This record gives sequence, structure tokens and C-alpha cells, in this order.
Amino acid sequence: MKSPFRGSGDKSDQPGKPAKQRDLEEELASHLKMSQQDRQDRGESPQQAAHSARREFGNVALVEHVTRDQWRGRRFDEFLQDLRFAIRTLRKSPGFTAIAILTLALGIGANTSLFSVVNAVLLNPVPYPHPEQLVMLHESKPNFRAGSISYPNFRDWRHDNHSFSSMAVARGSSFTLTGLGEAEELRAQFISTDYFSLLSVQPVLGRFFATGEDEIGSPPIVLISANFWHRKLSGSPDVIGKTLNLDGKAFTIAGVTPANFDLFQRVMVPTDIYAPIGQWTNPLLNKREAGLGIHGVGRLKPGITLEQATADMQRVTDNLAQAYPETDKGIGATLVDFRKEMLGDVQPVLIVLLGAVGFVLLIACANVANLLLARSTGRTREFAIRVALGAGRGRLARQLLTESLLLAMSGGALGLLLAQIATRTAVQVMPMQLPRAAQIGIDGRVLVFTAGISLLAGILFGIVPALRISQPHLHDTLKEGGRGGSGSRNRAQGAFVVAEMAMALVLLVGAGLMVRSLVVLWRTSPGFEPTNVVTFGLALPPSILGAPAEAIRNQIRDLDRRFAATPGVEAASQSWGAFPLSGDDEQQFWIDGEPKPETENDMKWSLSYVVQPDYINVLKLPLSRGRFFNEHDDERSPRVAVVDEEFARKYFHGEDPIGKRVHLAHFDLNGNGTLFEIVGVVGHVNQWGLDSDLKEELRAQIYFSCLQMPDDYVVGVPGGGGTFVAVRSALPTEQLVDALRRTSREINSDQAIYNVQTMDSVITASLAARKFSMILLASFAGLALLLSSIGIYGVVSYVVGQKTREIGLRMALGASRPAVMRMILSQGGKLAAAGVIVGLGASLALTRSMEAMLYGVSTSDPFTFIAVATLLTAVALAACYIPARRAMQVDPMVALRHE
Amino acid sequence: MAPNRYQNRIELLQGTLDLLILQTLRWGAQHGYGISQAIKLNSGDILQVDTGSLYPALHRLERQKWISADWKTSENKQRVRVYKLTAAGKKRLLSERSRWAQLTDAIAGVLEPAKKESEA
Repeated sequence: MKSPFRGSGDKSDQPGKPAKQRDLEEELASHLKMSQQDRQDRGESPQQAAHSARREFGNVALVEHVTRDQWRGRRFDEFLQDLRFAIRTLRKSPGFTAIAILTLALGIGANTSLFSVVNAVLLNPVPYPHPEQLVMLHESKPNFRAGSISYPNFRDWRHDNHSFSSMAVARGSSFTLTGLGEAEELRAQFISTDYFSLLSVQPVLGRFFATGEDEIGSPPIVLISANFWHRKLSGSPDVIGKTLNLDGKAFTIAGVTPANFDLFQRVMVPTDIYAPIGQWTNPLLNKREAGLGIHGVGRLKPGITLEQATADMQRVTDNLAQAYPETDKGIGATLVDFRKEMLGDVQPVLIVLLGAVGFVLLIACANVANLLLARSTGRTREFAIRVALGAGRGRLARQLLTESLLLAMSGGALGLLLAQIATRTAVQVMPMQLPRAAQIGIDGRVLVFTAGISLLAGILFGIVPALRISQPHLHDTLKEGGRGGSGSRNRAQGAFVVAEMAMALVLLVGAGLMVRSLVVLWRTSPGFEPTNVVTFGLALPPSILGAPAEAIRNQIRDLDRRFAATPGVEAASQSWGAFPLSGDDEQQFWIDGEPKPETENDMKWSLSYVVQPDYINVLKLPLSRGRFFNEHDDERSPRVAVVDEEFARKYFHGEDPIGKRVHLAHFDLNGNGTLFEIVGVVGHVNQWGLDSDLKEELRAQIYFSCLQMPDDYVVGVPGGGGTFVAVRSALPTEQLVDALRRTSREINSDQAIYNVQTMDSVITASLAARKFSMILLASFAGLALLLSSIGIYGVVSYVVGQKTREIGLRMALGASRPAVMRMILSQGGKLAAAGVIVGLGASLALTRSMEAMLYGVSTSDPFTFIAVATLLTAVALAACYIPARRAMQVDPMVALRHE
Repeated sequence: MAPNRYQNRIELLQGTLDLLILQTLRWGAQHGYGISQAIKLNSGDILQVDTGSLYPALHRLERQKWISADWKTSENKQRVRVYKLTAAGKKRLLSERSRWAQLTDAIAGVLEPAKKESEA
């Protein structure tokens, strides 16, 4: 038996029984003995004395029991009593109880849902041991603070640094899987050997890579994801040592990665295949100047800070810049805290949302507090009588708080239920790349949070009515027959409503600003016509790997012709370089006539697009000067380029760029520069996204023709994911994709079309995170508006109820009905106006925290402020209209006879 | 005598038992049996304190720190639990007594309304 008394002074012959219990038994036994002794002394026989003593005493066990009850303390008994009483009271007014619980459930539910997101994402974003030691690594260079690291630089970094216990890199890629069902494109990563051990992740099966296995020329091995293992290999334990046919090459499976491991650089992307980076056949891999989308991660030695490591890396990169001035001058290392990088832009958004949802709860609390205040009018007499009967004020206040807490806890329980549903739905529709989105849910910490805010809410809205009770003027109420003290109560209720209105206004302004940003973005032209553009990846058949450049060029020509000839397709073009909103690619150059810059990093930079002549028709780019490519711009004709207006403005300062020539520094592997003549100028395209293009430094754009790319570039195209195709067609997407798949199979059955996207959906997706935050903020604001209008409705109704007599009197004295209506509306209007003024001030201060979430509107956008203030006032007046109408219909005779 | 003992008994008003216990302990430390006997004796056998009320009250008053308890050995060499008033208990006794006086006055007033009205 568990007992709080065990252990202290337990020196008895009855082990196991608590000392206090034994004391009680002994005390009662001594009572019996003394009673018996007295009786014997008075002359009763011992037997008779024992009998009557026991009879007088009564049931010993019962006495013991009721005495023991006292040990628990009166507080607890009182609490149980209060609780029972609270349940009875609340049950007596089911309408009030239901509204209060529902209001709280909405507030608490919204908070719980958002907190469960924050809990998973912000509080515990890095699911690896010692996350504080993890650092993301990038190369800083002109135009890019967090650019990709060249592989030779990475190897030197790893070798030369003193701060990291290990360092690894990863680079996204893809493989065409053949020989295991239909040809399939798999998402892959090339990684260095330490990648998994650095993160302290363990294989589910087999092993990870050993040191040296990422060297170029090592035997081809891969790791597969648990998902792929189950999907394609039915989770069979004997896959280790088996081979997979990837891009036509046999890779031996070395191990299986855990199911939830989705890390790719700074985001979570499900990956099927991990191959050692040495298996990458790109000839640029060993070029010190080539970035190639490689980013790194490192684990700091214990005790080393990010600052120390940054200084150490500065030394390493300075040495490299001296050793290789040609390629490494101006190159540094950027170290970013892993957690910070994973969270990215999510953190400020979540914090703004958390603030917003906190406001919703405060409004809900104010509403319930008002309900309780209004209700306590009817109970004033009850309280006064109970005080007169000897109940302490403290006791009474405690009892009211018990009622509030009971309401809050019920609201919390219901809120938890709502949150469970809301969170599950939200995670499904959530477009944001949230780290650990799969872990979002209700866990212990969320439960504690919900219990905590419910308790806090209960105290918050219960404290004002409870304090009022403990004020000493209560007995006056009894004398007044229960009508007294309404002045200060009205003031408190008014203050609550003003606060609610103000908070609702802040939320509405926030939501309004988000809506305005989105409208601005939707109106922003991306620089091309996205509607009816479909893009897809085309994995070329493994048989073409290693074919000569000429064969591949012919294949490309053929593909373009066949896709363009597919029924319903208006235009089709391959795209090998950058593509708007999808991927970037850069070239360094110098203008013909200017001296060749000494180092790479002194050269000019431009985004580079490698396309076919029809590209201008696929995207419908506006041609402002000269011409775009035609079919004669091929490997045999003089090399030509087309630039965008931004390029012309930035590098030719308004001079006509047509006929000007540029040297491309790394067009081919010899690096001597290849001369191109500019033949046309097209409009600027939003490469970086509608909302971020203007913020980027690198915006100049240059176009090349696929067929004029050098041989070593062309032969690399079939590997590494094949080619990327964009087509324009008015056909419905599924129909178009079917037609394209047919065409693709006719050309070669080992070809696979993958990752089909419409440009419209890409643009929508690029705004989806913004839209999602907008929807969340707008629904919180809507909830706030609803709750605060219920609040003002409640207070004005209450006032009308209280003033029935006064209204009747006024009407009897000749006040017109419209005048009565005006009187009531002006009551509500005053509250609303006060709320709006306070809210506008608060909004001006608070919307500043949203700056990062806005686009094209100022945080104090007057249009939004005025529109929202008008909306709130209108809704508030509408809410007052109902009680005002009731006031207007008061029958003076009835009102005066009343009471 | 025994059969009608219960009929003579007056149910103690709630709260008054505390007063009686505190008052009894004014004269010195006493054990539970002693307290019940003292109340019985001083009320001329009219007030019979039920053990089922006495011991819970004693333990509650102890919790409230108005009385304190100690184990002692009685003249009969018996170990008994003895209660005595604390300083707070003495204060409490005074306030309980004045409350009691008010109550009896009030009840008297109710029972003899004529007298009260003529005074007013």
C-alpha cells in the first residue's frame, strides 16, 4: 500500500502501517479503555463495562474513517465541494455554459494546433544528436553568399581545418532505373563518405560508405532508402550485395537508410538513392572553379563555437586563395547554424502566427469574462446571502475561480479535440517545406501546453468576477435588492470589449496586409506567359550514354521535332541551363574589347539559359530587338547569344547590345574563352520567383542555343537526369502528358517522362507558403472578428436589458423610437470607436514584425488600415443593431410596470 | 436510564463543537475521552459528544493549528494523546465566543420579536 506517511518514525511491531494511522488506532483504543475503566470504577462488571463502552463509542472503523478524512485537509474537501457546486451551477445554465466552452475551445484549439507545429518545427527541428554542433557549409563568392562549394575546395577544407570533427557534402541528382519493372526516374544524392556518420544516423540494413569509397574510380555502390527498399524490393533482407541498374550502370547495394531520413541540403526531400560523389561522371567535378550545386554540412569539435570555426575557415580559404589565385580569389566559407538554416524563413512566420493566435485566445477570454460578469448580476443576491450566512469572501472567490477553471478545462479538452482534427488537416494541405512536418502532432509537450493555457485562460477570465466578489461593498447589494454596483461592472465590460475590438483590428490589419501582398504578387508579371506551359524531365535511354556529341545533337533535334509535331503542341523546346522558378545556372564572361580579367571572380556574371529556337514561343517572351535563335544557329554556324533587357542595361548601359560580343570564360573545358555575338534582346524573366527576383543581385540573363554548346557539354547531357523540356499547348494537362508519353515511347521505350509540372502550378506553388500564412492569419482574424462582435453584442444586449425601465420612461416622456435606437447604437459605436483607435495604434507598432512576410505594401498601408477599421466598425454596429432594435420595441407600459 | 439517553441528547449545531472543545481545553491539556466527559459533565449530561464528531473535529483543529497534540502517559500508566490550546487557538476561542453571543442574541430577538419592535 502506498502511503505518504511511510518511512517517518516507523518503529512499530506492525510494519507497513503508517505511523499516523497507528497513532489514531491507539488514540481511539485508549478512549475505549478509559471509558471502560470509568464504568468499572462505577461498579459495572468488566464484561458489561466493555460492552457499554463500545456501544457508546459506536463503530470504531467508522470513527477512524471520518477522522482520517480530516488529514487530507479542508482545502481539498472544499475544492471537491466547490467543484460539485460548479458543475451544478453550470448545468443549470446550459446556454451560457455551451457558449463559454465553445468560445474557449476555439481559442485554445487554435493555440494548441499552432503550438503543435511550433513544437515540432521550432523547438525541436533537428532530429540528430548534438544538433548544436552541426553547421551548414557554403562557399561565399561574388553574387552568392551561400553559393555551392567546388569539390576540390571541399576536399581542402576538410583536410586543412582544425574546427570540425567531420565534414561532408551532398549534391542532388537523379538516376534512371531500368531492369526492375518500367523505366523509372529516381531522386538521388551524391554524397561524400562521412555524410551519414556525421549526422549520427545508423543504417537499417547493411552499412554506410567507408572512407575512400567516394574517390573517383572506386567500385560503384549505392545506398537505398527504406521507402525504395519496401516499394521496389519488397523489403527483402537479402538485397545487400544485389545490383541495381542505374543510368545503364550496375551499382551494388551497400545499405539501407532509415525511413524518415529526408535531409537534402537545407530542406527535406525524399531521396531514393545515395551514391558516393566519386561516381558522378561530370568532368567538372574536379574543377576548382565549378560550384555544381554542392553544399556541405559539418560537425564542430566539442567546445568549438561557430565564431571560432568561422575564423578557422577564414584562414583555410585565405590560404587557398593564395595557392590558387586564379580560381579562389574572393572565395570564402559561409558557416550557418544548422537549426537556423533548416528553419529558414519559417521562424518569423510561425512567431507572427503564434502572436496572432494568442490574440484570439485573449479575445475568447475577454468574451467569457464578460459573460461571467453579466451572469454575476443575477447572482449578486446569491453571493450576498452566502456571505451573510458566514461564507468567507475568499471562499466565495475561490468558488467562482473553480467555476472558471472548470469552464476553461472543458474548453481545453474540446479545444484539444479540435486541434487534433485541425493539425491533421493542416499538415496535409501545408505547402511549406517545414522541417519535421511528419512529426507534427499532439505529444506530451503539447498536452502540457494546452493544460497550461487552459489554466491560464481560466484564471485570466475568472479573476475579474472573482475579485469583484471579494470587494467589501457586497452587503450594500443585499440592501439594494440586487440592483447595485452595475456602474463599475459596465465599465469593466466596456473595457473588455474595447480590448477585444482592438485585438481583432490588429489581426485584421495583419491579414489585410497579407492579402494585399498576394494581390500585388498575383498582378506581377513573371516576364513570360505561364498559362498553357508544361515542363517535364526526360530521362534519355541508357543506350545513349557515352554516345558521341553528334549523335546526341541529332537525338535532340529529333526530340524537338517529334514533340513539336505531337498533336495539340504549339511549341516545344529543351532547356539545359537555368529555367524560371525552377533552377539556376550561371556563366562568367567579359565583354569583347575589354581586357580579360585576371581572376574568375573579377569577371561579369549572368544567369545562363541553354535553349532551342522554339523557346521564345513556348514562354512567349517579348522580343525587344534583333532576333531569337533559328534552326540555322547550330554547331556549324557562328556562335550567337540573346540577352535580356536587364543584361543590356547592366552591362551596356543603354547602348544597343546587338552586334556586341562577349567572351564566355568556361564555355568549354579549355577555359580560354569562347566568343559569342549578341543577336537579340528579350524581356527580363523573373528567375528567382515573383516575390524575390528584385532582391537578388544576379539578374542579368543570357541565352544560348543547345546545338551550339561544346561537345564535352553535350555528351554530359544524357547523364544526370537527362534533358528538361518545356512545351506550350492548350490541351488539358493529362491529355497532353498522354500524348507526350506516346511520342516519347515511339522514339525509345527506355525513355521516361517524369516530374510533369504546369508553369501555372509552379507559380502558384512559389506563392503557396505565403498564401498558407495568409489563410491562417485571415482565419484567425475572422475568428477574432466573430468573437469580438459576439462580445459587443453581449454587452449592448446587457445594457439594453438593464435600461429597459429607463427606455420605457423616456418613451413614455415622448422619446421617439429612432431616438432610442440611436441612443443604443451610439453606446455600441463608442465602444467600437475606442477599440478601433486603440487597435490602429497597436497595429502600427505590431505590423512591423511582419515586414518579411509582406511584398509591395508598407506595414502601415493606409488603404488596409482604413478598410479594416471600416469593416470592424460596420460589423460592430451590425452586432449592436439587434439589441438596439429590441430596445426600440420596448413597450413603455410593460417596461414601467416591470419590477 | 440507558434507553432514553439518546432522546435527551441535543444535536450540536454545526460549528459549536469547535467552540466547546476550545473552551474545554482552556482549563488545561486533555485527551479526547476527557474532553467528551468534560462537555457532558458541564452541560449537565445534556450534550453528548459523538466520537464520530469529536475525533474528526480534534484532528481538524489540530490541522488548523488551533490545538496541538502530544503523547503522554496517564496516571493509569496508559499512553494517551493529549490536546492543548495554541496561541492561535486562544484567539480563535475569543472570536468564536463573541460570534456565539451574537447568535444567541439574534435568536433571542427572533423568538421575542415584540420586544425588539417596541425598542425600535
